[in-house]
Amino acid sequence: MADLVDIQIIDPGVDENIAKLTPERIERTINKVLTEECAARLEVYRQTCVHCGLCAEACQSYVSRNGDPDYAPVAKVNDTLWEMVKRKGKVDGEFLHNAARIAFIDCGACRRCSMYCPFGIDISYLIMTVRRILNLLGVVPQYLQDTTNSHSVTMNQMWVQQDDWIDTLMWQEEDAQAELAGTRIPLDKEGAEIMYSIIGPEPKILAQLIANMAIIFKVAGADWTMPSTDGWDNSNMAMYSGDFETMGRVERLHWERAMQLKVKRVVMGECGHAYRGAVYDGPRWLGWTKPPVPMVHAVEYYYELLKSGRLKIARKIEEPVTVQDPCNIVRGRGLHEKLRYVVNAICEDFRDMDPRYEHNYCCQAGGGLINCGPPWKLSRMKSNKVKADQIAETGAHTVITPCHNCHSGIEDIIGHYKLGCHVSFISEMLVKTIEMPEA
Amino acid sequence: MYEFVRGPLVWIAFIGFFGGMAYQFITMALLARKDKVVYPTLSAKYGLRSLLHWVVPFGGRNMQLHPVYTLLSYAFHFCVLVTPLFLMGHAVLWQESWGIRWWSLPEGVADVMTLVVIFVCVFFIFRRLVRPEVRNVSYPSDFLLALLVMAPFVTGYIAHQQWLPYKTLIIIHGFSGALWLLAIPWTRLVHMLWFAFTRAYMGSEFGSVRHSRDW
Repeated sequence: MADLVDIQIIDPGVDENIAKLTPERIERTINKVLTEECAARLEVYRQTCVHCGLCAEACQSYVSRNGDPDYAPVAKVNDTLWEMVKRKGKVDGEFLHNAARIAFIDCGACRRCSMYCPFGIDISYLIMTVRRILNLLGVVPQYLQDTTNSHSVTMNQMWVQQDDWIDTLMWQEEDAQAELAGTRIPLDKEGAEIMYSIIGPEPKILAQLIANMAIIFKVAGADWTMPSTDGWDNSNMAMYSGDFETMGRVERLHWERAMQLKVKRVVMGECGHAYRGAVYDGPRWLGWTKPPVPMVHAVEYYYELLKSGRLKIARKIEEPVTVQDPCNIVRGRGLHEKLRYVVNAICEDFRDMDPRYEHNYCCQAGGGLINCGPPWKLSRMKSNKVKADQIAETGAHTVITPCHNCHSGIEDIIGHYKLGCHVSFISEMLVKTIEMPEA
Repeated sequence: MYEFVRGPLVWIAFIGFFGGMAYQFITMALLARKDKVVYPTLSAKYGLRSLLHWVVPFGGRNMQLHPVYTLLSYAFHFCVLVTPLFLMGHAVLWQESWGIRWWSLPEGVADVMTLVVIFVCVFFIFRRLVRPEVRNVSYPSDFLLALLVMAPFVTGYIAHQQWLPYKTLIIIHGFSGALWLLAIPWTRLVHMLWFAFTRAYMGSEFGSVRHSRDW
């Protein structure tokens, strides 16, 4: 039985828009997606799933909610997509209200369940198909839709205007120079080796992360640049709201900017889903087999700098730390070993979580979940008690989170379950620990 | 009736089974072209790597988390595929009808394997009733499918033991076996065909696209 409080949560983006729908439009939209956008994968998965329930324990929401069967991945697909297929799109508003809760709040498309299904059914793809349908019906949680609207208008997630963008970079350059003389944030440097790519929340609310990275680039002697105009943000919430057209626009502009700057590669800041959007989902939608310029995630880049000695650690952090494996760079890129190399290089007392690597539990914030905003926060917390237990077991004072969603999600969990620790990006730890050149 | 079961019904079952599987395979291979990501993603190396981990018992973490289920499920799938193919009674029919010489299982071994299939089918049904996460997604068709798989094994075993009139049981056995074969391409039993492909696709996506493991 789904949580009785959660099922009554009203979200204007969901409920007010459902009220405007007609049965004909619902039926037409569902069948359009099922027949025109979906093909063999949907059909094979539908025929193959034997309802064995072996995916259940893969999901943190199922485990955290004491084995409530409605939170098993198979039940989530069964109660949404399979029911739409079975009823040939003839579903009502109440059905869509529940489908929106399941697809946007109870599943973060983290793909852990695909590793537990004996057939390897891509359950996350099936849930994303539900989101796609709901998006075309205009049924998307209001806060999430706002970020998509922002992408559509400003090409970044947080309504950052052009003058704000430049101003923030200049401000951060000055801050960085106060720490390390001569630090620059080079804009539009054609032919630089690296384009540094970040996400909307950095200039908006976490601007010091840009200064941190400028210092790291300076110490490493990197030849880098950032674009002065749109295309700097590829965080792409449209990918998660099911607005694939906008997702495609965001990714295309991001890669076009990299091509215009003629960079050799793009270094993506500490964000998992932006990496996913840029490397997989975006190119796939655009019909590319791979991005036009190679992209490395910050974790890979830090690994490269530390391993080659371009960054040297002067003093390690002594307090106990643990690390959250972000789904999109671990299950999505296999960076777990490099992540641990980096963490061990910076920290004296690293305590790993269990299960870890590809088997680590999602933070229940990625996949667009945290972007669904305050109405759903408590529901997210209930769905990730298992993460709180995992963190508490390590006894760590700091949870290292090389992903913006994990960072905010784990911070919420720490607050809600009163774990008494804090979260940190790797860049924050690097600027405290690396050997700085003499000014 | 016995002659019908022994003759035309066997042909109907085999043609229906192989024809159905071929139809499913061809239509899906064509439909997969519309799914733009399928063919470019498939990789022999990573597809086979994933398959290998999932056909070896305890090759994946989930199998290690459920040791009893894993053992029973492997025993079931091995016996359900091997027993009908290599049963001595069936081997005799192969030879009599088409002159094909075939290996056959010793009688005692075949008996045990048949009982394994029946026992695990009962276990599957029982699990479906008692585990909330499985019961929640169980439909009458799920129970019917388990009974359908069980039927030829139960009737074959009873016929072999001659607990009931042999000829009648063999006729029921023939019909239930034919029904089972005919049902495979059109029910969830088709996972027999799709297993390799869904697994290989997921393995390819995890391996070649996402550089990680899916077991």
